[in-house]
Amino acid sequence: MEFAELIKTPRVDGVVLHRPFMPTVEGTLCLTGHHLILSSRQDTTEELWLLHANIDSTEKRFVGSLGTIIVKCKDLRVIQLDIPGMEECLNIASSIEALSTLDSVSLMYPFFYRPLFEVIEDGWQSFVPEESFKDLESMTDEWRLSEVNKDFSLCPSYPSLLTVPKDIDDESLCKAASFRHGGRFPVLSYYHKKNAMVMMRAAQPLTGTNGRRCKEDEKLINATLCAGKRGYIIDTRTIAVAQQAKARGGGFEQEANYPQWRRIHKAIERSNVLQDSLIKLVEACNDQSHSMDRWLSKLEASNWQSNVKEILTTACLAAQCIDREGASVLVHGTEGTDSTLQVTSLAQIILDPACRTIRGFEALIEREWLQAGHPFQQRCAQSAYSNGKPRSEAPVFLLFLDCVWQILRQFPCSFQFNENLLIMLFEHAYASQFGTFLGNCVAERGKLQLSQKTVSLWSWVNRPQELERFLNPLYEPNNLVIWPSVAPQSLLLWEGVFLRWNRSTKCLDEAYQEMVHIIEYNKELQNKVNSLRRQLAQLETEDKMVADLK
Amino acid sequence: MEHIRTPKVEQVKLLDRFSNKSVIGTLHLTATHLIFVESNSTSAQEIWILHHHIASVEKLSLTTSGCPLLIQCRNFRLVHFVIPRERDCHDIYSSLLRLLRPVSYDELYAFSYNPKQNDQQREEGWQLIDLAAEFERMGVPCDQWQLTDVNREYKVCETYPRDLYVPITASKPIIVGSSKFRSKGRFPVLTYFYQEKKAAVCRCSQPLSGFSARCLEDEHMLQAISKSNHNSRYIYVMDTRPKLNALANRAAGKGYENEDNYSNIRFQFVGIENIHVMRGSLQKLLEVVGTRSLSMTDYLVGLENSGWLRHIKAIMDAAIFLAKAVTVEGASVLVHCSDGWDRTAQVCALGSLLMDPYYRTIKGFMVLIEKDWISFGHKFADRCDQLDPDPKEVSPIFTQFLECVWQLTEQFPQAFEFSEWFLIQIHEHVHSCQFGNFLGNSQRQREVLQLKERTYSLWAHLLSEKQNYLNPVYSPSFAESHPVLEPSTQACHFKFWRNMYHQYDRSMHPRQSILKQVLTFKESNRELEGTVQALKTKLQKFGVSTSPLKPQTPPRDRSLPLRPQSLILGAPLLSRKEVQQEEDEEVFGEEAREDAPASTDGERTVEGSSATENGYGELTGSFGSKNEPAVVTLEFGVARMTC
Repeated sequence: MEFAELIKTPRVDGVVLHRPFMPTVEGTLCLTGHHLILSSRQDTTEELWLLHANIDSTEKRFVGSLGTIIVKCKDLRVIQLDIPGMEECLNIASSIEALSTLDSVSLMYPFFYRPLFEVIEDGWQSFVPEESFKDLESMTDEWRLSEVNKDFSLCPSYPSLLTVPKDIDDESLCKAASFRHGGRFPVLSYYHKKNAMVMMRAAQPLTGTNGRRCKEDEKLINATLCAGKRGYIIDTRTIAVAQQAKARGGGFEQEANYPQWRRIHKAIERSNVLQDSLIKLVEACNDQSHSMDRWLSKLEASNWQSNVKEILTTACLAAQCIDREGASVLVHGTEGTDSTLQVTSLAQIILDPACRTIRGFEALIEREWLQAGHPFQQRCAQSAYSNGKPRSEAPVFLLFLDCVWQILRQFPCSFQFNENLLIMLFEHAYASQFGTFLGNCVAERGKLQLSQKTVSLWSWVNRPQELERFLNPLYEPNNLVIWPSVAPQSLLLWEGVFLRWNRSTKCLDEAYQEMVHIIEYNKELQNKVNSLRRQLAQLETEDKMVADLK
Repeated sequence: MEHIRTPKVEQVKLLDRFSNKSVIGTLHLTATHLIFVESNSTSAQEIWILHHHIASVEKLSLTTSGCPLLIQCRNFRLVHFVIPRERDCHDIYSSLLRLLRPVSYDELYAFSYNPKQNDQQREEGWQLIDLAAEFERMGVPCDQWQLTDVNREYKVCETYPRDLYVPITASKPIIVGSSKFRSKGRFPVLTYFYQEKKAAVCRCSQPLSGFSARCLEDEHMLQAISKSNHNSRYIYVMDTRPKLNALANRAAGKGYENEDNYSNIRFQFVGIENIHVMRGSLQKLLEVVGTRSLSMTDYLVGLENSGWLRHIKAIMDAAIFLAKAVTVEGASVLVHCSDGWDRTAQVCALGSLLMDPYYRTIKGFMVLIEKDWISFGHKFADRCDQLDPDPKEVSPIFTQFLECVWQLTEQFPQAFEFSEWFLIQIHEHVHSCQFGNFLGNSQRQREVLQLKERTYSLWAHLLSEKQNYLNPVYSPSFAESHPVLEPSTQACHFKFWRNMYHQYDRSMHPRQSILKQVLTFKESNRELEGTVQALKTKLQKFGVSTSPLKPQTPPRDRSLPLRPQSLILGAPLLSRKEVQQEEDEEVFGEEAREDAPASTDGERTVEGSSATENGYGELTGSFGSKNEPAVVTLEFGVARMTC
């Protein structure tokens, strides 16, 4: 086994574990290729199993021969291990360091994980593009499934099957692809059944400084407009940023070349700025010595809530253009793999009730994030405790989840799932035993043979036993568009993630349980009433029959 | 009525506070209310504003569409009317100016409000809360504490109640002497007794110590309090003011206890700011959150600069200090500030609530307010600007107390029998002057006004609507596992109380209310239990024996009072039938609707909300085509559900 050489000391006795709001545990620390395990000798239930992949950074301290390792996790938890013996401590620390920063994807835990449950429905097959295209076909015949990207040569970050306007042939698609950053030509993201308007997404057009144009690109997006109708292009960047992009060969759609489109610029931050925002926010949340003023000013300085507001506002705007204005929309930023996806996926949650079910939400993540080529592996390589200079890490997906949580808070009865599902997705995007979030795009996942070699997260989540935890007891399906408030007073800090480890949630959890209990009791009573009524009705008819006979 | 020049104005426009949206309606002015009735729409919303709730009326400069009238209310409602004719506007304006400044108590709403109850019912209402019984519940009088009649005639302290509890060793001369050494004669008296440790919470005002004065009787008094508790050798003296303020008071012949003169005291400043700072702070807060198109940065910076949450935290910290000293150390505590009726009331009341689960029930909370706020002379008339306004006396001290309780309900959702709606309702009525409880500044004044004979009690009213104020997840057993609440005071656990400060701003609220949903489920459970019981009885007639239903509370009277309209509870409850109807429309009405002219009726909203607020983005400008409207301003943000 390759890991053996990295593990200098596989086990140490007498290690003391400190966790926030839990009693300290003394036990034996074991290192395996993928886990850090601490088990107390007295009681086997007290165990800590921590994936090395979940470790964001470590710090070590020494007092005499007692070493302390502070382990900071990607799920934002911070734990402390007191390890007797300097050598042991140093060995453990360097092993953790090495094991948590393995470069090779194929050494990751998902490739070694064997599920202890029976896979009833293979999550890898749960959401295939052909299926969602069938749904589309039932609503409109304006679109076709193109295989132009079959070998991923046209656009490496796109999937092999793409939904494009029926009238645009593959040759035009190739030309349009050459005009868009990373080959990400405009493709269908969402079809709004109510008024037949669509949302498309792409990357920035490569206009450059001399205003290059591409007839095929223009034709492609115009093909989505009904006669006489106009559309909106939502550029997630400010006009200034979009202008600067020209110097690097990028740019935006010129009015002259796209007369049927109106461009709106918004200001969603780029990934490196978002990473910085996350680091600052988590630091503010973890510092318990704050006065009120310091806390509020640090919260403000982190800009996290501003980012949430901006993303949500842009998504609402896109939804508004489609539903209220009856216009089609094209969304893009620079690469079309980050802010673009935040906007298109959130807009669908607002517009499409199907996305508010568990299954529909999973499908949305599969479609708009995994298939659409959000580079999960790069973005989630490190979390809020990374010390080094960020390469391409960014909490793009976490911000999306935060925005979903904000909508969930405002429409607590409109979602089939609860906050737990969102938190679970956050955890698994950063470290998981499942292969779902490995790789950066469909092509990479294919090469890694994830669907053969790893288990899909959906295989696990969709088991009835697991699903229960994620169900929202207040859910009452509604078919309406839900417009959230984006006023700062209406947007809250997502305590379930950011304050999760520095408060005891016992009281809140118990209150939630009580609510679940009330609702379940209601169902129980209703069943009881129904069965009693039936029983009574039956007796009454019998009685009547007896009477009639007499 | 003689002040009303124009009782009715038509074609008045009501502008939404956070958007450009407006509705047209008719404005009515009555002796007690300003009423706006929306015309034209099927929902026909009505806004009733009690004159007493109006804090200020402002006439803005004339615009093309009419004369704007801006009305700010003490319950944080802000309405902006545009009245077509200037003369009408002026009439309304001047009538309101007169109406919202009552010159005598007799003009207050409470003296004309008649809820159709007879005298006996009214008396019963006033008898609901019995403070003597409350002290008995705490275990007072006892071997160390007794009732004194020294203030029976309000001779020693006219802002205190008649009945006061003091240590048995405190003789009358000591009491009188001590009262002369305390600001406004407010000498140390018992407000809460923690039976388990025999520790007392006492309250008073600042000593008139100046730079060096001392008073033996006052020293004896503290000694007596200390001696009455055998569990601790010392008592804490909490001066709830910042040290600087206390020092400044010394120059005016007031000040704080000199530890050298008092044996066995532990003196502590806790740094809660004075009424003027609090007033300014709330004003800043409201200015910030009232801004249209507020950015997140401005909001957070504004929240910080207002200092509001810092003050809330300071009060909470002080209450926690008090509760810890009493419950953990078993020490008695004497709390004071300057006059002992603002910060002292906050800290004593909140501290008691932390220590005693009884105060977390609906009835207990009423008792607590009655005791620490009303009877001990928190100057409601002055602080809430009921009469003869002195702007320097107005301060949101009681509001802060309610907010601290709300912050606790957020941390301990199962600890309180009531929901935040109860707190908001109390806040509403502290300013409404509709009930007698909060009128005047002291018990003595209330007796002079004969409030118990001439007005009704709020508590009876609230209890009659108790169903609405229940916290559906309240667990009485929580009190056993958490007799003393130990809230976190980390800054990040304090939140902005949107449902209070934006209670009338529809666009700010969650679109669906968990509270309302769970309350509905609870009520439905009670009904179903009754149905099950009835069905079983019927079945028994057929000779079918059924297992008895799990022991549950017997089904109560099911004719529930109408739930008041509140945004935090969402729109008035639709009956299941109506909901069903709406859903049917949703499914079947689509085709038909398309032909209907596009109007606001074409939009459906969750929770009956129809206001809009600052938009997601303004799509101004056009494509240059004549077919397009010249300006497309889209405003969104509300729970607009579209069909």
